[in-house]
Amino acid sequence: MIETKDLHKKFGKLHVLKGIDLTIDKGEVVVVIGPSGSGKSTFLRCLNLLEHPSHGEIIFEGVNITSRQNDINQQRQKMGMVFQQFNLFPHLTVMKNLTLAPMKLKKLSRENAEAGAMRLLERVGLTDKAQVFPAQLSGGQKQRIAIVRALAMEPDVMLFDEPTSALDPEMVGEVLDVMKKLASDGMTMVVVTHEMGFAREVGTRILFMDEGQVLEDTTPDLLFTDPKTDRAKEFLAKIL
Amino acid sequence: MNFSFLPEYLPYFLTGTVSTVAIAFFTVILGVFIGIFIALMRLAKNPLLRFLSSAYVEVIRGTPVLVQIFIIYYGLPIHFPNTVIFGMDLSRFIPGVIALSINSGAYVAEIIRAGIQAIDKGQMEAARSLGLTNAMAMRWIILPQAIRNILPALGNEFVVVIKESSVVMIIGISELMFNTNIVRGATYIPLEPLYVAAAIYFLLTFTLSKVLGVAERRMRSSD
Repeated sequence: MIETKDLHKKFGKLHVLKGIDLTIDKGEVVVVIGPSGSGKSTFLRCLNLLEHPSHGEIIFEGVNITSRQNDINQQRQKMGMVFQQFNLFPHLTVMKNLTLAPMKLKKLSRENAEAGAMRLLERVGLTDKAQVFPAQLSGGQKQRIAIVRALAMEPDVMLFDEPTSALDPEMVGEVLDVMKKLASDGMTMVVVTHEMGFAREVGTRILFMDEGQVLEDTTPDLLFTDPKTDRAKEFLAKIL
Repeated sequence: MNFSFLPEYLPYFLTGTVSTVAIAFFTVILGVFIGIFIALMRLAKNPLLRFLSSAYVEVIRGTPVLVQIFIIYYGLPIHFPNTVIFGMDLSRFIPGVIALSINSGAYVAEIIRAGIQAIDKGQMEAARSLGLTNAMAMRWIILPQAIRNILPALGNEFVVVIKESSVVMIIGISELMFNTNIVRGATYIPLEPLYVAAAIYFLLTFTLSKVLGVAERRMRSSD
């Protein structure tokens, strides 16, 4: 579904990604872990070209999205993204946050878009917040809304950039629950996270990144019980 | 204090005030258009557009408005008709408004640019990640939020324009300051007409900033 070929990213002199070659298949839940500054967020943001790679190619559903002729807006409609800071639109109600993109891009009627939004809100238990502005929501509620905002475009893959890192500890669970449900429904997911419990329980595959490279590409069980590289051993010893 | 000139010369102050308000009104409208245009150029990807717009802003802000008015008045190749409306000669009024607008536009551009750049980067990223184009994200996500930063600052700029418009008297536009000088000359009273002018300017700007303050509070409370 997503293939990256020799992906490099430089910010000025800083070489953040140093050649990533990966294939992510439909239905996989890929968890990306690694120390801060290892390039995992940059890698994720390259996948929908929020960061443009300095070198290399990304193929999404058979289309080379890094080519100059490609209109990335088409593929972004198929790639939902969830941010650490939620990034809900503060001037719009929850309902409008959810219906804006489907109405503008898929040309859905207001009725259809709102019906779809209500079904999504039901899935995350927030139907009563439809007419509320984001400022009146808790962090956990905001992130659940951010997830369904991305789902409203009916994406083929969901990208999560540290979705629970900005949350108070007691709210992490409710967001992870939504993500677990999503995974069990068969959604393809790429998740950058520090939640090792989630990685172990939900991940079908785990990538350990350090200094811009993927050092381990394996299953969560194998990585946690028998890490192959010293860097991974060190990292896991610190966090587990 | 000698205000004995007032009954006879009050009409001079009144027509001058009307002219000042008209100049400020047209300057503000034209200035906002120029400002939006320059701000969009400053935020563009094209380096040439960015260079031209920041050069514009720097040059306008770095030269006296008095010099700009003279340059526009004597430098504009077009001659406007000498038609007189509300005691104002269009051949002077139009260059005056153009010069003030070009000046104000540079400040408005900075206000708009700052208002847009104050919006968190994550808003644009979230909008783009949904597949919205840059223009759609601007229209539906960024500008509606930026407007709340821009309007109050723009209100201050309007107040500045009313005061600054007094300098166009030097190209003979019969606005409030020009007419005040006529009264001073005609009556040989040098000081008191200036008090009247100051009072009128203050009345205009104070009223405007109060009105803008109310509008701003309304906007806040609708959040």
